[in-house]
Amino acid sequence: MRRWYVIAAPYIWLLLFFLVPFFIVFKLSLSDTARAMPPYVPVYDMTLGLANFFSQLDFENYSFLLSDPLYINAYISSLKIAAVATLFTLFVGYPIAYGMARAPREWRPTLMMLVILPFWTSFLIRVYAWIGILKKEGLLNLFLMNYGIITEPLNIMNTTTAVYIGIVYSYLPFMILPLYSSLEKISPALNEAAEDLGSPPWRAFWQVTFPLSMPGVIAGCLLVFIPATGEFVIPDLLGGSETLMIGKTLWSEFFNNSDWPVSSAVAVVLLLALVVPIVVFQRAQQREREAV
Amino acid sequence: MQTRFSWFNVTSIVLGFAFLYIPILLLIIYSFNESRLVTVWGGWSTKWYGSLLNNEQLLTAGWVTLRVAFISATFATILGTLAAIVLTRLGAFRGRTLFSGLVFAPLVMPEVITGLSLLLLFVAIGMDRGFWTITIAHITFSMCFAAVVVQSRLLDFDKSVEEAAMDLGATPVNSFFQVTLPIIAPAVISAWLLAFTLSLDDLVIASFTTGPGATTLPMKIYSQVRLGVTPEINAVSTIMIAFVTLGVLAASYVTKRSTMKAAADAQKAQ
Repeated sequence: MRRWYVIAAPYIWLLLFFLVPFFIVFKLSLSDTARAMPPYVPVYDMTLGLANFFSQLDFENYSFLLSDPLYINAYISSLKIAAVATLFTLFVGYPIAYGMARAPREWRPTLMMLVILPFWTSFLIRVYAWIGILKKEGLLNLFLMNYGIITEPLNIMNTTTAVYIGIVYSYLPFMILPLYSSLEKISPALNEAAEDLGSPPWRAFWQVTFPLSMPGVIAGCLLVFIPATGEFVIPDLLGGSETLMIGKTLWSEFFNNSDWPVSSAVAVVLLLALVVPIVVFQRAQQREREAV
Repeated sequence: MQTRFSWFNVTSIVLGFAFLYIPILLLIIYSFNESRLVTVWGGWSTKWYGSLLNNEQLLTAGWVTLRVAFISATFATILGTLAAIVLTRLGAFRGRTLFSGLVFAPLVMPEVITGLSLLLLFVAIGMDRGFWTITIAHITFSMCFAAVVVQSRLLDFDKSVEEAAMDLGATPVNSFFQVTLPIIAPAVISAWLLAFTLSLDDLVIASFTTGPGATTLPMKIYSQVRLGVTPEINAVSTIMIAFVTLGVLAASYVTKRSTMKAAADAQKAQ
């Protein structure tokens, strides 16, 4: 029976501080905006009985979300930006992970370390570093104009392009690590066999290496896509007012408008949009662990 | 077997690492810029570091951040290690699927959702918001990262060592502390470090769960960044980067030495 002590501590902690809060978000998203003005929200009274409880619920906040194109556009543009950025991250990350997996064995731990190190460095600081580079009188424009590559400064800061750059940069390690771990397991002998049998290298890559690296591609893409959809820091600092993303909408609904019920409804809808990718991710993780 | 660098592999690695490191290097270099204008180079200077020492608000925020990170990393490592043991050693039990879901979901959950939901919980139970609510929030998400790190080590090593200890009469608790823990110690240390840096870096969750009087360094940096790029922020960032880099390098040195020692011991045993 002692094992129940071991299970209980982390289990109760996660139930209390991870699962229960979601139910509170869900409940608050069904309550009236006016009653929930700050600083404090009245707590639901379950003692009044279930019938009473249901009569208190209303879907006003959700119909409000549906009626205001701002929210729908923010959802669609978040999903779009996250999907496009995930593809870019894959294109940038795959060659790096491939190069690492084919590097001499004694180099690999060092290369791994070099990929992980930026991941340990503050997210906020890494996004901030790009402001100095991308802004109009920033280092990139200075550099390009100095060498006569462009005559007019590029307008990248406060556009969606800057958000793409920020997401690719910040989430690159999340893409490289799972890709690397599946690419490393693929024996180069397979490629050599394909080439010996007359397949050109690019075809050997597409028909042998790439399909075998699929678990890494899926895990990497989900690890980038899911958090990027709800991203706040990157669109806020690099995207300016032009970029609409749902994480930013939730933030401003909460901190600027102090509308807790509407921000809860925004959170519930965002969570619903991410349930499918999260479940796919968990299934993939489980399979990976059982394969070990 | 092909184990040499090919030109394609070298190019992609070099370009990739340039992309990863140049922004950070530029930020560090410009923290030593004499000029207040961020893009005009006015010669080397350490004056922005000096001006940090007089910025009391920033120092207070730094101290709050370090305390939150230390406490939350310690609890997160303990809970995360327990969770990893549950997932790898205790077999099936009722509610296991839910448990593993609860461990893995926070890894990918958008921070705005985690932050908002925890805030609403703290308000619902009437807890005063501030230092401790940030700490609890940080324990919750970093324990899951800790669990993943420790779990991968637990899956790797030979379970028969533990079984041997128990066959020789050790209780499960004894065998954990005398056999398992020494073996997984490097993973536990990296889990602690990861939890520590996650807490050090967090802006979104801390912003939601904080209250009056508890401002963390990222919150302070964020409010200044919104006003523009300044050399002082570059200097704070450089200090944070140096801090984390030294910690990670130290940890990897410890890990490397202990794995080398383990390999040497294994060789001796043969």
